[in-house]
Amino acid sequence: MTQGPKKTKDAAHTVGRRAFLAAAATAGGAALTKPQAALAQTQPDVRPATPTVPSAAGAAAETHPPAADSLTVGRTGSDFMVDVFKKLDIEYLAMMPGSSFRGLHESFLNHGANKKPEILTCTHEEIAVAMCHGYAKVEGKPMATMLHGAVGVQHASMAIYNAWCDRVPIMMIGGNTLDSTMRRPGPEWAHSVQDNAAIVRDFLKWDAQPVSLEDFSETLMRGYSLAMTPPFGPVMVVTDSELQEHPIEGKDPPMSRVTVPRPPMGDMGGLIEAAAMLAKASNPVIVADRLVRTQAGMNKLVELAELLQSPVIDRYGRLNFPTMHPLNQTARAGPVIAAADVIICLEVVDPWGVVNQLSDVVHRFSRRTAKADAKVIILRADELLVHANFQDFQRFPNADLTIVGDGETSLPYLVEAVAKAVPAASRAAHQARRAQLEEVSRATRTRLVTEASFGWDASPISVARVHAEVWDLVKGLDWTLTGSDMGFQSWWPQRLWKMEKSYQFAGGSGGYGVGYGAPSSVGAALAHRKHGRFCVNIQSDGDLMCNPGALWTAVNHKIPMLNIMHNNGGYHQEWMHVQRMAARHSRGLDNVHHGNVLPAIDYAKLAQSMGMFAIGPIRDPAELGPALRRAAEVVKAGEPALIDVVSQGR
Amino acid sequence: MKTASLALAAVILSVTSAAAQPSTLTGDVERGRKIFMDVGCHQCHGTVGQGGNAGLRLAPNPRSADFIATYIRKPPLVMPPYTEAALGNQAVADIHAYLASIKPPPPISEIPLLKQLAP
Ligand code: HEC
Repeated sequence: MTQGPKKTKDAAHTVGRRAFLAAAATAGGAALTKPQAALAQTQPDVRPATPTVPSAAGAAAETHPPAADSLTVGRTGSDFMVDVFKKLDIEYLAMMPGSSFRGLHESFLNHGANKKPEILTCTHEEIAVAMCHGYAKVEGKPMATMLHGAVGVQHASMAIYNAWCDRVPIMMIGGNTLDSTMRRPGPEWAHSVQDNAAIVRDFLKWDAQPVSLEDFSETLMRGYSLAMTPPFGPVMVVTDSELQEHPIEGKDPPMSRVTVPRPPMGDMGGLIEAAAMLAKASNPVIVADRLVRTQAGMNKLVELAELLQSPVIDRYGRLNFPTMHPLNQTARAGPVIAAADVIICLEVVDPWGVVNQLSDVVHRFSRRTAKADAKVIILRADELLVHANFQDFQRFPNADLTIVGDGETSLPYLVEAVAKAVPAASRAAHQARRAQLEEVSRATRTRLVTEASFGWDASPISVARVHAEVWDLVKGLDWTLTGSDMGFQSWWPQRLWKMEKSYQFAGGSGGYGVGYGAPSSVGAALAHRKHGRFCVNIQSDGDLMCNPGALWTAVNHKIPMLNIMHNNGGYHQEWMHVQRMAARHSRGLDNVHHGNVLPAIDYAKLAQSMGMFAIGPIRDPAELGPALRRAAEVVKAGEPALIDVVSQGR
Repeated sequence: MKTASLALAAVILSVTSAAAQPSTLTGDVERGRKIFMDVGCHQCHGTVGQGGNAGLRLAPNPRSADFIATYIRKPPLVMPPYTEAALGNQAVADIHAYLASIKPPPPISEIPLLKQLAP
């Protein structure tokens, strides 16, 4: 059954279908209760014969029809779409408004009562999509966004790319006006696209542009189901504005339903082979990256590590392993990999990089950091979703055994296989390894805490000190850390803090696209809100300046989170790159800040201007603790807050 | 041969005076601090040489001025090179003086925020 626009070739029917059907649906006063399809067929063409010009004339045309009651419609396509949407149980929809989805926007608000999903206002589509990204990693399911035709999708593109690289599910609705004769001159043409999703298709998991309401229903369900099947990914369903605004003629089309597919598990034979290799190894090593989504997943990884008593290296694509567990040897990744004879990479984005290095020198060269005969096992779902153009798939790993399947889903079976494969005779050796690793772990932790003391009273404030101060604040709370990966912070949280719950950290942007930290944190904090978790966002200054409006969304929707500015005065990473170039040329070392620095931005004032409680700039480390405690009170009361900390580079 | 050894000594002298070893030069702490900031050592090593994931810790108790000079002229790994043209030996001596002036932090036992983090 097709509910989409029905085209006519009749020259007399140059009428805009929107106006025609609006008139049709409402003509005759009480006729709203009558079947609209029947009415539509009997109403005259009420549109002026001359084509409209933008806005004023367009508005005139829409207010011109003779019968006052022909100005309204009953149930439209967008109402139906909202009903379909509600089946997905999506909590929130973040968006910047756009006329190509005005029908849906209104239906979400009024027909859908602005609940499930509730609309959150954003000041840029990149913010909306990054919010979805941050939310999905915490909640384990997508939230939604709507993107204006052409322009909104282009604004969103960087955030979509991050979500793609990070393999995160997001439901995106794009607006569009497909029928060119239905577009008002001017902006509606510029905001219409023959193929809207094509702009970002290289980094979408799937997209479609349904042409009828029944098609929309199936498409949305398929999109959700695909987004939620590992490897997850962002999907886009482009909805035609005419389809949204068209009154439904007669009965609703049938509605589809969705059952989320079971995730793909790795081949059991492969898992048994991997288990045998690990059980026989003298120095097995586990490397995890984008593996853990749930606490059960983290617990299973601990079980695996303890069965083998093998060191674990967390690449922090997610928080995979408790940071203070004695088998967590992340801070010693170099020597651990160098000593390994079997390395299993669990959902590792770049397994090549686990066992190799490429030097950033004039003539770049790579060298293997693992032993030449060390065996590499890969278990991940990535092979199921690779596109050609964008190169986020990293260098070919040359593995000895690759098992394709979702890591977290396969983990219990791997654990079972390893439990069977480990001979009783090796238990003693395993215990000895455990004892040795416990000792090394204690020494490493002492070393890291000692390292944190250097520059303790420095101003700009040392990044280690910032994190020691924040730990003191959160240690007794149910806390979580959001934002980008912590490389720019020298990984101090992971080095110093006891992180043991899977939701306490969700990894970085995936695509390393700057501008992710602030909005993704707002999305993550939104997901954490109902659990009452205290959310800390360590916020880089350069990242915030891409999307400062994210702060406003947090204020406007009362999303509690403590934003701590890592204000190092600019694009520190790029600064170092240009410095490297200048050093290579033996010239101009003292002017490389041009293009790299962001001095004199008052982040507290910026936040205050959007209604956020803020303190700063703080330069004296002694003032940091009291400021954190003041801001924490605001956050505990349910509001966001920001502290501007003038900090060291890293 | 006396003349030959004298000539050799002269050559050595002229070489060393053209590029006097940093250890033979007197470094100035304040000037060293400024150079350390201006030429960007602090970007990777921190403003008080405390180190981070982009560079090693350099202070307190820095390596000798000569070691620093040799190292930064031809860094063996990923650190960018600072040739003599870009950063003379006097500047290295000044940097060394600055790094040597940096006081060690108090022991962990006297920093409660860190003491609670120690194993
Ligand atoms: C782009 C980052 C960067 C910059 C800028 C930089 N370094 Fe380094 N430096 C490093 C790294 C990284 C190392 C560790 C060795 C390696 O990987 O190359 C290092 C090592 C060193 C070492 C050896 C330390 C030891 O104990 O072995 C010295 C000395 C040093 N740097 C001094 C300097 C000085 C002085 C400057 C400024 C003139 C400077 N560095 C600028 C990154 C940097």
